[in-house]
Amino acid sequence: MREARKVNLASERWVKAVIEVLFYGGAVFIALLAGGLVMAAAGVSPLEAYRLIWDGAVGDAGSVKETLVKATPLLFAGLCYTFAYRCGLFNIGAEGQIYIGAMTGTMAALYVPGLPGYAHLPLCIVAGAVGGALWAGIAGALKIFKGASEIINTIMLNYVGIYLVSYMVTGPMKDPSGTLPQSARLPESALLAKLFDSRLHYGFVLAVVLAIILYVVLNRTVWGYEIRSVGFNKQATKVMGIPVNRNLLLVMLVSGAIAGIGGFVEIAGVQNRLFQNFSPGYGYDGIAVALVGGAHPLGNIGSAILFGGLRSGANAMQRMTGTSTSLVYVIQATIIVLVVCNRYWFGGWKRQLIAWLVNRYGSRRLPEELQTAHSASEVKISFNKGEEAR
Amino acid sequence: MEPIVEIRGLVKRFGSFVANDRLNLAIRQGEIHAILGENGAGKSTLMNMLSGMLEPDEGEILFKGKPVAFASPRQAVSTGIGMVHQHFMLIPALTVAENVLLGMKRGRGPLFRFKKACAEIRELSDRFGLDIQPEARVSELSVGQQQRVEIVKTLVRGAEFIILDEPTAVLTPAEVKDLFRVLRTLKAQGKTIIFISHKLQEVQDICDRVTVLRLGKLIGTQDLAGTTPADLARMMVGRDVVAPVRKAGVASGNIRLSVKGLHASVDGARVLRELAFHIREGEILGIAGVDGNGQRELSEVLFGLRQKDSGVIELGGEELHRQHPRGMTERGVAYIPEDRHKEGLMLQMSVEENLIAKEYRKRKFSQGGWISRRKVRECAEEQIGSFGIRTSGAAVPVGRLSGGNQQKVILARELMLNPKVIVAMQPTRGMDVGAAEYVHKRLLEARERGCSILLISTELEEVMALSDRVAVLYKGELLDTMDREAADLDRIGRLMAGIRPDTSCAI
Amino acid sequence: MNEEVIVSFLASAIRLSVPLLLAALGILFMSRSGILNIGMEGMVLIGALSGVVGAYYFDSAPAGVLLAILVTGLVGLLFGFLVITTGADQVVIGTALNLFGLGLTTVFGRSLLGMGQEAVQVKGIPSVPIPLLSDIPYIGDALFNQNVLAYVSYLLVPAAAFIFYKTNWGLQVRSVGENPLAADTLGVRVHRIRYICCLIGGMLAGVAGCSLSLGILNQFTENMVAGRGFIALSAVIFGKWTPLGTMGASLLFGGADALQLRFQSFGIKIPYQFMLMFPYLLTMVALAWFSGKSKQPAATAASYKSLADRSS
Repeated sequence: MREARKVNLASERWVKAVIEVLFYGGAVFIALLAGGLVMAAAGVSPLEAYRLIWDGAVGDAGSVKETLVKATPLLFAGLCYTFAYRCGLFNIGAEGQIYIGAMTGTMAALYVPGLPGYAHLPLCIVAGAVGGALWAGIAGALKIFKGASEIINTIMLNYVGIYLVSYMVTGPMKDPSGTLPQSARLPESALLAKLFDSRLHYGFVLAVVLAIILYVVLNRTVWGYEIRSVGFNKQATKVMGIPVNRNLLLVMLVSGAIAGIGGFVEIAGVQNRLFQNFSPGYGYDGIAVALVGGAHPLGNIGSAILFGGLRSGANAMQRMTGTSTSLVYVIQATIIVLVVCNRYWFGGWKRQLIAWLVNRYGSRRLPEELQTAHSASEVKISFNKGEEAR
Repeated sequence: MEPIVEIRGLVKRFGSFVANDRLNLAIRQGEIHAILGENGAGKSTLMNMLSGMLEPDEGEILFKGKPVAFASPRQAVSTGIGMVHQHFMLIPALTVAENVLLGMKRGRGPLFRFKKACAEIRELSDRFGLDIQPEARVSELSVGQQQRVEIVKTLVRGAEFIILDEPTAVLTPAEVKDLFRVLRTLKAQGKTIIFISHKLQEVQDICDRVTVLRLGKLIGTQDLAGTTPADLARMMVGRDVVAPVRKAGVASGNIRLSVKGLHASVDGARVLRELAFHIREGEILGIAGVDGNGQRELSEVLFGLRQKDSGVIELGGEELHRQHPRGMTERGVAYIPEDRHKEGLMLQMSVEENLIAKEYRKRKFSQGGWISRRKVRECAEEQIGSFGIRTSGAAVPVGRLSGGNQQKVILARELMLNPKVIVAMQPTRGMDVGAAEYVHKRLLEARERGCSILLISTELEEVMALSDRVAVLYKGELLDTMDREAADLDRIGRLMAGIRPDTSCAI
Repeated sequence: MNEEVIVSFLASAIRLSVPLLLAALGILFMSRSGILNIGMEGMVLIGALSGVVGAYYFDSAPAGVLLAILVTGLVGLLFGFLVITTGADQVVIGTALNLFGLGLTTVFGRSLLGMGQEAVQVKGIPSVPIPLLSDIPYIGDALFNQNVLAYVSYLLVPAAAFIFYKTNWGLQVRSVGENPLAADTLGVRVHRIRYICCLIGGMLAGVAGCSLSLGILNQFTENMVAGRGFIALSAVIFGKWTPLGTMGASLLFGGADALQLRFQSFGIKIPYQFMLMFPYLLTMVALAWFSGKSKQPAATAASYKSLADRSS
């Protein structure tokens, strides 16, 4: 009996996974269609444009590497959002944390001279992490001690961070030997090594490793257990004796640190200097990455590569046709909407399909909870105001 | 007399669960009609259908002889049915007048005339003796006043048929008296009232007829003249209340938990006063009382979720100072919270993950910060087996289980701790009889092992059936503590209403 | 500083406040009905572009404003559909709306209006001095020598206050934002109210966009809103969710922006970036300050399923 149950559960899980993958594929497809419509309306041939994007993204080895280059900051940003989200926090501030992390990392790179690469680069990465962590920590602390919404505060901090970097590169950190508003070039000891003799750098490897670490932390460790508990039900978690506020703050710090590392990696791997507006909204793209990645650290890797490909492909397209890369934003926004709304539009339909498939191809019986899907717990109408007011 | 509302063959299902099973009922014009039943008997479902919050699956509702179908509360309201919910539907940030006239259309222009509104409400309030200040902000009103605002809301909308869902659950006895006065006035002016309750005495005091529901079925409707509370109780629970088998006198001499001079407050208002009690090893102390008399706060203070103002809590002879839930768990205190969904479980997490929620850091399940999936799974399978938790696997989200099985998960988790003390707050709330009996059995087994249990429940029958000693909590004070043998329903009932043993009237 | 400098500063402060105020009033309507709109940035961008496109193709600024109102009104309804009927997370949909607005306006801005140096200039909305009032020293020229949209925004503040506090509909809006379930049981059509508020919010975003593109620059440039949508959100928060407070905050933030431009041109040593940070920092301080006093509508950002739609 117990064996039969196990098989049943496993097959249900597989069916679910397949359906989810199909669904996300469908969402991406529809979003690309929407992007095509926009292009057609803007007077560009969608087929031609997508061919250019495809070639630019995966056409040859060089473009694949370029895709991974673009995927790197997106993956950091996606992980930043994902990690906070799993603890029930909305960190919309990856953008600002990327800027601050890039700034503090660059400071460590420029103002701590004379270290060998194996010491200097890690130091800079840590500095970037600390910068991002502090920036997110401000919002985290305000939430815990003052009850202020982390959503609003992280948004506000985005702009503060961007302007702060803008001030630094036009003022104190400006390259004394140049006229442009940018910092001096990072010393070799603080640069990320390149992979395969291309623009691709070790930052991508770092991001993937980080995704795996986060996955393991969330699913296998005591701390990850606490984080997920807090994310699902703060009140119950408190009753269980699990510290809620401490975890909220810690997660916010780590989430910011991830974005901060991402910011510095972008400087040390690609740009080599800090300047204004070096991020074209990676922080906001990270939300799309996280959502399409199912708020799962490993899923983020796939979605970051997808969006990285779109971006590098769109760059190629812009070079050829002059259509703005901003088209990517339209596609991203459409994907976000489709993914977020799927639960509401197709949730019931999907559940039925899964139940049917499990019934048809799994074991003979439905899992017990599916038979009594509407358990007594759902009988009462909730009289609460819904979620805690944000 | 002509029935104002008639219900024929009404059925409401939630999935496979039948909440209301073919109900037939006729309610006469101008009566106060009680709907009586235990938690989960289907009272609220029935009333939600009458007030348009839910739509019936089968059957029909007739209002003054005409069939009606409400797609929303709006339609029920315009027909003349008003509902006062147990959890008030008021907006604290707005004034009484704004709350009352919100959403009214007929005969009103686009402008909200505050003065006119106040005059109108004051007139109604005077006519029915409600004593309401229309200018006041709702957040400043007492619970009793808020309830009267709810009643005015239905009256302004011309309700002839008013449903009160457990109106006395949140009231002090003085407020209950006031409410009854208002209800009699309403009745005298021709309104029909449905009074939902599970308190027998109140039903006897105020109602004309009573309908009893049990597990979704209608047991019967009868005049209250000539019935006794005992008759009603039998109808409600379907059997004479039988105490579960329990061995007497397990309690040894040692005092496990003792509380002296305990004070606590919420937002500056005293909710616990001068509390003193003790529990011996292998003893169940039952705390009876009407909901909202400090039960929640007492359980929270004991489990470290709320800090006391003053007083001494001793566990095994050792005084406890500032406490938090984790510390209490480590000292061997288990806690069964009142609200399973909000405080007891992480619904989206699996059964096994919920089972380890209090011990995930111990060697038993983790080492060096890593959780051992194997150990967790083994433990979960064992507990699922020994508690008979109906689930298709340990990895199933606990939210997919039925209410009774969810409570079993909580019970399994708490008993796994091998606790010295269990603080059980409404451990069988909303559960069917079978599941409740199972919980009782398990609690009694724990008692036989020498565990000390503080059972806090508003179900008097439950307290009487399980406890070795019974105390009554009233307005944050323990009025009297007695052995179960010395406790009879009558005596405890008086205490629950605040009538002290040494005085004839305490209100 | 001489009179001329002060007058020109005041005039520019008002001019820069107007888009903020219009967008903030839009957010205020949505917020009061319980909808958190962090997508205002994108909405205003769409409004700004539609305004210029309309003005260019119909060769008239009013036509541009009408087109903008129409387009952003539709965008508001779309936002409403996603968060009200669908019940999707308002923060995420708001973020998507920002991306959508940025992408769409950039792509169409280029294809319809050209880019860079070749970008088309259109007829702006002319300033209309109000006789007598505009002759008042100092403030006369600043307040009453503005374009029509500015006057509209002045009038909208008392109008919004009147609607919220003196009409039945306004009472319904406030109640829906505080406790939609309670409102629903009283027959208030929660979803309809929220849709209307989204429509109003969208339309005001269109006007706000026009006041930027047609009222100040007479052309569309990529990402020209540059965070003003978020400053408008700040203004609502800093204004404690009241029309008058929102206006005060908009004026303050607009004034800071004007001051920043003056600092740059006078070579004053306060880095302009710090002036640009000011609204955001002030909002953070305000949020921390208000904490516990909860001025925010209680049901903010919580989706609500109407009782009438509840199937078993």
